[in-house]
Amino acid sequence: MFQKQTLAEKREQRWAYLMIAPTILGLLILNYYPLLDTVRLSFSKTQTFGKSTFAGLENYITMFSSVEFWKATWNTVWFCILTVPVGMAIALLVALLLNAKVRFKSGFRAIYFLPMVVAPAAVSMVWRWMFNGQYGIINTLLGREINWLTNPATALLACAIVAIWSSVGYDAVLLLSGLQNISRTYYEAAEIDGAGKIRQFFSITLPMISPTLFVTLIMRMMASLKVYDLIYMMIDTANPVLPDVQSLMYLFYREAFVAGNKGYAAAICMWTILLIGIVTIVQFIGQKKWVNYDV
Amino acid sequence: MKSEKSLQRSMQLNKVLTYFFLILGAVIMIFPFVWMLLTSLKTLAESMQVPPTILPANPVFENFTYAITSLPFFNLYMNTILLILFRVICAVVFSSMAGYAFAKLNFRFKGFLFGLILVQMMMPSQIFIIPQYQMLAKLSLTNSIFALVFPGLVSAFGTFFLRQSYMGIPKEIGEAAYLDGCNQWQTFTKVMAPLTGTSVAALTVFTAVFAYGDLMWPLVVNTDITMMTLSSGLATLKGQFTTNYPVLMAGSLLAMIPMLILYLIFQKQFVEGISMTGGK
Repeated sequence: MFQKQTLAEKREQRWAYLMIAPTILGLLILNYYPLLDTVRLSFSKTQTFGKSTFAGLENYITMFSSVEFWKATWNTVWFCILTVPVGMAIALLVALLLNAKVRFKSGFRAIYFLPMVVAPAAVSMVWRWMFNGQYGIINTLLGREINWLTNPATALLACAIVAIWSSVGYDAVLLLSGLQNISRTYYEAAEIDGAGKIRQFFSITLPMISPTLFVTLIMRMMASLKVYDLIYMMIDTANPVLPDVQSLMYLFYREAFVAGNKGYAAAICMWTILLIGIVTIVQFIGQKKWVNYDV
Repeated sequence: MKSEKSLQRSMQLNKVLTYFFLILGAVIMIFPFVWMLLTSLKTLAESMQVPPTILPANPVFENFTYAITSLPFFNLYMNTILLILFRVICAVVFSSMAGYAFAKLNFRFKGFLFGLILVQMMMPSQIFIIPQYQMLAKLSLTNSIFALVFPGLVSAFGTFFLRQSYMGIPKEIGEAAYLDGCNQWQTFTKVMAPLTGTSVAALTVFTAVFAYGDLMWPLVVNTDITMMTLSSGLATLKGQFTTNYPVLMAGSLLAMIPMLILYLIFQKQFVEGISMTGGK
């Protein structure tokens, strides 16, 4: 009996290894080897013929003494500050509106979700056109003549607006599913106790939805710290405003694949990951203050 | 009595405000797409009129002709379709297998191996991109469909996601199949896998939308215009027609029409699929 069971167990184990083999092998080749290689690259200097030699901290020293790099770091953080709080607030508002008893709910949901399914490259193209300083419809509507995409003061703001427009529907759908899980009975009880709508929002809705809000927030922050495609499409490499808008990942792309400084680019990548890591850890510590897991 | 009336009135006001904001938001969401279409039908001269015309005076289709003649759209469509197809097949097949094993089978080092999956999910994909590119370059495999698919041959996220799905299937179902004489593989393919349909659909949508929208990887790995995707091709079109917006709008429209049509048909699956996959 005992013997037989171990035999069956062994067979089960063999199947299991066969079934996970492609995925684990793929991860090792596609992700774990590259991860180590990127770390190694960040300590090497790229030579001609694609060889690289150990260079110690040289890339990091160059990086930390580069104005362009610090500007890119600031741009990335600033972009995050511009997009995340406003984007989350709008997404929450949309979710609350969609959670009310409205007709065509799924129609509205589909419309708000639309930017999520079309390529960011296509979407940024039309926004570039709308933000055009001379002929853009946005200036016409505002009755102003702002050179949105060539003025250092407004270029990143314009990108942030596009980013918020693109992500609001997705975040709203996530938050909506959190809202739908709140039991009606809480609101009924609050109504009997005479709590107004605003009071209900702050004492019931917000605490109850805080875990969903937290997950969405973390996701949105990570995504905005990695921003690249949108800025790449909105601001050309030849645009003089580039240093004032380029994010870390944009700089990474240019250094790695346009300038060919793979070692330096790898160092930028390591820095970005550190930045994302720190922000995420801070969020996880901060959540104790506002996220409610009791219910 | 009086208070009930005012309550009713305030509820009505609430309703009006809700619809007002929802419709205002919907207009803001749709307007760029409408503007894209309208601009693509204008001549270059008309698009630069101040103040702009809303509807094109004489709708023209020349911009679409320009876009099609300056970009090999047929190749772009084919490359994008193949990229999506292979990414989806790989993600679904390999992740189903691994997800099932992690959820339902016992084996040594399971915790450690699953840890490898979780850690990968936490890392931004950019950290892999230089070595991934160098591997392909060393093997002279850049500018190919394989190169486009490469980073998505396996999916840690898909494995994690489908594992959750298999976890939800009661163990008894697998045991019953086993008693009926199925071996592990048959239990998996004939009994368990068909039960994860919703999750597989969600993973499919998620993988497809991501592959279609991705810009950095196709831009890096396939520099030959005939091997580009719709996204990276569009980025190239931007370089050619820097200020000819009617042509750029026509190109963008051509690039997103297939996805828009799919979205119109499978709207519910898209929204639920992508929000179900949440985490990424």
